[in-house]
Amino acid sequence: MASILSLRKINKTYGENTKNPTKVLFDVDLEFEESSFNSIIGQSGSGKSTLLNIIGSLDRPTSGNIYFKEEDLGKLSNKQLAEFRNRSLGFIFQFHYLLPEFTAMENVLMPYRISKKEITEDVTSRAEELLDIVGLGNFKHKLATNLSGGQQQRVAIARSLINNPSIVLADEPTGNLDSDTTEKVYELLRDINKKFKTTFIIITHDRTVAEKTDRVIEIKDGKVYLDISKQKTL
Amino acid sequence: MKLAFQIAKRFLLASKRQTIVIILGIAVGVSVQVFIGALIAGLQDSLVNTTIGSRSQITINIEDEYITGYNELIDTIKDSSENIRVITPTITTSGSLIKNSNSEIIVLRGFEFDSADNIYKLTEKLTEGSTLPDEDNEILLGINLKENLGIDIGDTVEFDSAIYDNRDFKVVGFFDFEVNEINNTWTISTINTVQAIIEQGDVVGNIEMQLNEVFDAEDFTKTEIAKNIDNKYNISTWISENESLLSGLQGQSISSLMIQIFVIVSVVLGISSTLAITVLQKSKQLGILKAMGIQDSDASLIFLFEGLLLGIFGAIVGLLLGIGLLYAFTTFSGTDIPISFDLGFLALSAGIAIAASMIAALIPALKSRKLSVIEVIRNG
Ligand SMILES: Nc1ncnc2c1ncn2[C@@H]1O[C@H](COP(=O)(O)OP(=O)(O)OP(=O)(O)O)[C@@H](O)[C@H]1O
Ligand SMILES: [Mg+2]
Repeated sequence: MASILSLRKINKTYGENTKNPTKVLFDVDLEFEESSFNSIIGQSGSGKSTLLNIIGSLDRPTSGNIYFKEEDLGKLSNKQLAEFRNRSLGFIFQFHYLLPEFTAMENVLMPYRISKKEITEDVTSRAEELLDIVGLGNFKHKLATNLSGGQQQRVAIARSLINNPSIVLADEPTGNLDSDTTEKVYELLRDINKKFKTTFIIITHDRTVAEKTDRVIEIKDGKVYLDISKQKTL
Repeated sequence: MKLAFQIAKRFLLASKRQTIVIILGIAVGVSVQVFIGALIAGLQDSLVNTTIGSRSQITINIEDEYITGYNELIDTIKDSSENIRVITPTITTSGSLIKNSNSEIIVLRGFEFDSADNIYKLTEKLTEGSTLPDEDNEILLGINLKENLGIDIGDTVEFDSAIYDNRDFKVVGFFDFEVNEINNTWTISTINTVQAIIEQGDVVGNIEMQLNEVFDAEDFTKTEIAKNIDNKYNISTWISENESLLSGLQGQSISSLMIQIFVIVSVVLGISSTLAITVLQKSKQLGILKAMGIQDSDASLIFLFEGLLLGIFGAIVGLLLGIGLLYAFTTFSGTDIPISFDLGFLALSAGIAIAASMIAALIPALKSRKLSVIEVIRNG
């Protein structure tokens, strides 16, 4: 399998130029394979979100390099990084984070519209299909604020997929959902991973969830503590 | 661009009450501007009008001499400037009028009534029963002379010039200029009448003019005329004779400008502080948009469009409000305060409000650039 993302000696220090800088990540080396389904676990404060934000180019590392395929993301300008995020990444955050002023459908289409391409019939039917996949076919034109937590989270999942991203990054996507819904959301992500060959990197504090993924990376005190890949079964 | 506009629209619609408050804020500013502006312009117009509305604004003469060939001169002057609204020849001499034992020193002015009426508005100033002279030796008198001489319409008075022969004039009416100096001394007749007294042939004393743009008299029109006529002619303008009036008018213009500036400043402060709050309110949305890869410039555009939309609607509501205020003022105040209503000025007020709103939106637009995505995500 080809590598889609590699992290080389990533260090992150918050408040570098202040009196008490906090070093959060220490020489993190990681490699992610195309179409893989990965989870990151670890104690609160261990640096999981920090790592994911750096992977998602929402934040820059203090030192070290990130390569997307062959491209060194550190060499891109903020403008180019924004384009990269829009084109190649999908985000699912813990707190839904839909735009409350827009409908479910409009939220799903937002990353596409940000890419400044004309809305075509193809893309609207794709958005509808994605909403169907997440089970919200009947809620397309409802305002985001009028949806339940689980529904909003599922809209966010549909939204993360609209631009056919190579990688979807999720930070505790089920953190505030009940266990039944959590189960459903993971099944959904798994299905999408199989169907669209999208790479997933998911932070979770739920070990039972983590065990269902192909690979579990445990972060401890800003370092990779365990990295277990399941034997691929045919 | 389109996306930024639509997001701006949606943001404004989503918080309707706040949007309405901002629009009303801008509208009040615009309406005050429209109202005060129309009032000041109206006062200015009426001041200019009462002061120079019924007199010559540019006068041409030759020192100690009469003007011969004045019809050609008038044609030349007319052709030299577009700004001339009326031009008329006048001739003036002095003497006294005698009736019974009464005698008054007067100024006898010879007019060509067709054109002179456009300057002096004589027909509006005639008293009951008066007519304009249409034969030689018929005269109109200042209203005060009626009492002072004890005469009435139809009477004959004697004109005694110290230099020339005496004449008998027939009184055909009186005028009231509402200025004592004129009402006490002016006697108006035809040009022929005065020409006959001074026995110099077909001559006049002055060429008098009124202008379309009165403030151009000194710097533009006078120069244009001077280029085309012999330099034996004196050209004097109302401006060079009325410096104190002018500085008064300037003072009004400056105070009008100050009001405009204060209104603009308050509009800018109001909008930028409210929009600055919107950036905070919408920081979550901005964070999501940025995570999804919106360009900083597009994110800033959202706020500029918000400013533009608020400005446009504020200006429209403000204009309506201002016009309504003016209407109510003229209809119900019962005063005679003049109002000058100018479409150009309305457009300017609206334009200034819109521009001010955009400028005000610049601050939040720039602020939105600094917003960091991780801060938003971290703080939920
Ligand atoms: N912007 C910041 N400035 C200073 N310190 C920060 C900042 N962001 C995170 N940290 C610190 O870095 C450490 C790692 O934080 P991070 O959010 O990555 O933890 P986490 O593993 O995601 O924890 P959790 O499971 O609670 O979400 C924490 O000690 C946190 O206080
Ligand atoms: Mg975290």
